[in-house]
Amino acid sequence: MPFIPHTEDDIRDMLGAIGVDSIDALFDEIPAELRCGELEAIPTGLPEMEVSRLMTARAREDGQPLCFIGAGAYDHHIPAAVWQLTTRGEFYTAYTPYQAEASQGTLQLLYEYQSMMTALTAMDVSNASLYDGASALAEAVLMAVRANRKSKSNRILLPRTLHPLYRRVVRSIVRNQGIELVEVAYEAGTGKIDRQALDAHAGEDFAALVIPQPNFFGVLEDVDQLTDWAQANAMLTIAVVNPLAMSILKPPGEWGAQGADICCGEGQPLGAPLASGGPYFGFLCCREKLVRQMPGRIIGKTVDLDGKPGYTLTLQAREQHIRRSKATSNICTNQGLMVTAATIHMAIMGGEGLQRMAAASHHNSMKLTEALSSLPGVEPLFDSPVFHERVIKLPIPAQDALRTLAAHNVLGGFDLGDDYPELENAVLVCATELRSDEEIEQYRSKLERVIASQVQTPCQLKPDW
Amino acid sequence: MIYEHSRRGRRATAQSNIPLAELSDIPAELRRQNPAALPEVSEMQAVRHYTRLSQKNFSIDTHFYPLGSCTMKYNPRACNSLASLPGFLARHPLAPDTHSQGFLACLYELQELLKNVTGMSAVSLSPAAGAQGEFAGVAMIRAYHDARGDHQRTEILVPDAAHGTNPASAVMCGYKAREIPTGRNGDIDVEALKQALGPQTAGIMLTNPSTVGVFERRIKEIAGLVHEAGGLLYYDGANLNAILGKVRPGDMGFDVIHMNLHKTFSTPHGGGGPGAGPVGVSQRLAPYLPVPMADYDGSDYIWLTEKERPESIGRLSTFAGNAGVLLRAYVYARLLGREGMHRVAEFSTLNANYLLKRLMEAGFEAAYPQRRASHEFILTLKRQAKELGVNTMDFAKRMLDYGVHAPTTYFPLLVPECLLIEPTESEAKEDLDRFVEIMRTIQHEAENQPEMVKQAPHTMPVRRLDDVRAARELDLAWKADRE
Repeated sequence: MPFIPHTEDDIRDMLGAIGVDSIDALFDEIPAELRCGELEAIPTGLPEMEVSRLMTARAREDGQPLCFIGAGAYDHHIPAAVWQLTTRGEFYTAYTPYQAEASQGTLQLLYEYQSMMTALTAMDVSNASLYDGASALAEAVLMAVRANRKSKSNRILLPRTLHPLYRRVVRSIVRNQGIELVEVAYEAGTGKIDRQALDAHAGEDFAALVIPQPNFFGVLEDVDQLTDWAQANAMLTIAVVNPLAMSILKPPGEWGAQGADICCGEGQPLGAPLASGGPYFGFLCCREKLVRQMPGRIIGKTVDLDGKPGYTLTLQAREQHIRRSKATSNICTNQGLMVTAATIHMAIMGGEGLQRMAAASHHNSMKLTEALSSLPGVEPLFDSPVFHERVIKLPIPAQDALRTLAAHNVLGGFDLGDDYPELENAVLVCATELRSDEEIEQYRSKLERVIASQVQTPCQLKPDW
Repeated sequence: MIYEHSRRGRRATAQSNIPLAELSDIPAELRRQNPAALPEVSEMQAVRHYTRLSQKNFSIDTHFYPLGSCTMKYNPRACNSLASLPGFLARHPLAPDTHSQGFLACLYELQELLKNVTGMSAVSLSPAAGAQGEFAGVAMIRAYHDARGDHQRTEILVPDAAHGTNPASAVMCGYKAREIPTGRNGDIDVEALKQALGPQTAGIMLTNPSTVGVFERRIKEIAGLVHEAGGLLYYDGANLNAILGKVRPGDMGFDVIHMNLHKTFSTPHGGGGPGAGPVGVSQRLAPYLPVPMADYDGSDYIWLTEKERPESIGRLSTFAGNAGVLLRAYVYARLLGREGMHRVAEFSTLNANYLLKRLMEAGFEAAYPQRRASHEFILTLKRQAKELGVNTMDFAKRMLDYGVHAPTTYFPLLVPECLLIEPTESEAKEDLDRFVEIMRTIQHEAENQPEMVKQAPHTMPVRRLDDVRAARELDLAWKADRE
């Protein structure tokens, strides 16, 4: 029997000890009319060899195309040591470190993680993770509403330059608590938050302003001015950042005169593979004075009975297992294993390794957009500095171009048409440090052919009337 | 601390030995001035440090881990290696359907499997953990009432023995949580339930078997009462392992459920996650399921998003939840098959009842001795606490010295000095027997050397920690100047 060690003798002895004559008798408290029969629709069990064959075929089916999509998930190199260590059984098969003395490995690692994240973001404290970047932002929004004592409103300023999927997730998670999300437009020329649109809200009562860096278009926002603006208007600042970018960009703790109040984001670039979108991890950092409003596990350093240093779950009075309906969040299980990978990843890469990776990604994206812009009718859409993504405008419908490229095994970027219908034929492209010059050239030459074929034979275009 | 191995200029950057690219096109005021204070260590130093840290953990792979309510059973290695095949790891979450058929096929079939084993009409896999599944479930209950214009329903009923996540999730959906007492026999107090039900009732959240380790026998009656009052029933799947393939939440009358794949479907707990908390619903709640979902249109596997499902409560994570966890659960389900599913319930229940019986014979007091255990059961050490001054925490800590992870302690809150013990189906009889011997030994020690037990553990990397100091003198991050 798979994963069950019992022999016939064991079963007989155990039933005898209990004093029943069959295993079925152990279910005698369940009303008979509720019992289900054989679950015919579920296939019978397969040996490991068969499942292995099936999964290998399925994994191969998806083809491993050449990927120039970013849009919140980035293809970076992960040193081999990261996942070899992370999948050690002692990390992989432990649970939340409730018994601190028997969990010092996980606890110390999480403390190291908190230390590294605060160093990277220049914030005071970090929690031990949330589910992903978008849900971390939802928690940050709830936290800001609780924490901003100057504000009587449940309103949040959410720029349209924020990832459209993050905006949807935040809406799904906070809407039943009466929180109002007010969107702020972007400037057509720069792709940054529109200062005039923002100034229209000056003096109004909002709990917080959300500032993405880089924003969804890859563009760098004027974070100092935005943070100062929020503080001048009695709003908290929630920074949503790419943690890898923080190795080369000004960290939220240093934005403006006083720094951001809360910082969150998607941890995936720190050691998590693309893997269809998860598991990744959300990180959440804040100023020390807000720590009691923070959701999620937090690890503290303390001493044992002998005065020896040790680590333990702390400030648990914020959490659901103690505070129940008055907790800061319902979160229990977080993304511990992904944080384990991230911690080992950051330790191996160091500050300088991350810088090299980030700078190379920036550099490759610039090379990519230059190469693509050499094609007739292709041009960058926004005239602003970027991190490692950029919006380009195509001379043909983006959807058609991307579909044809995909048929040639190139994923050419993210089509912005659905979320930003006002941007015509716009595609968000990304080239991390993994994309070689040859791969960039492959993309350029394939796009060249796609454009040529579509421009020459316009009858292939779907008419839009 | 990894920082203690750090020396300025030491690098493991052979892994990223790429020249530091020019950044002059990024304005100086947007750039970082001082590099982040991350450790500077060699690869071997990092490997040795984290290997040693791992060795300070108890885990399923190294220790018996009977943590009640958490289903710490064996996590098959095949699930990890097959979910980590290069094709799965390399797939971008926004890859087009043409490059997603293999992955989507796994998700679609997992949805179908879970529908079948729980008796629900439709399943969405997207919630990232049990608590997010609870949130999704209660949000769907709310969406259902709202769609009917039934806005007077402001309360979610929750048994006093429920996980803390239940009331917290209800509050996150804008509801008030109202507690229902548990009767002396471990079943819910149906009379109190009748008193609490009314036009303000949006629904009730139940775990069955419950958190006190027994099957709620009057579940059909409870379902009838709640439905009659216009409320819906939410099934917390924390204990699904106990009844897998034996009885289905859909058949008990539940309208919405979540499953913890990191419990019942044996995906790893990872030192605190990631989990996965898929939700299943009856027909009337199907339109509200969170997106995205996988579907099959007769020739291809496709995603269903907000576009196709406009009444959905929406999206709970950027992409499709913890996809890699879902793949692991899918592999596990295929390895087990239908015959393996009910064996999970059978042998986890056999192990729990055997262990309970042996512990009672050894003189320990069960909280519900007249009841059949589900896949877990509760002991109360209130006699030891009173007579010997040795409490549940002391027993738990002493167990660590004997190489057993402690069961869940002091939960559920209504049983004083309790241990919630869940051995799971993957433990062998001799390991259960050994646990009984350890409990006997600790009892003997508590009678003869109570001070020694109260000081336990004695063999762990640290002794008992000062939790009060941890919370009062907050030290949450390493700072060079503190050392």
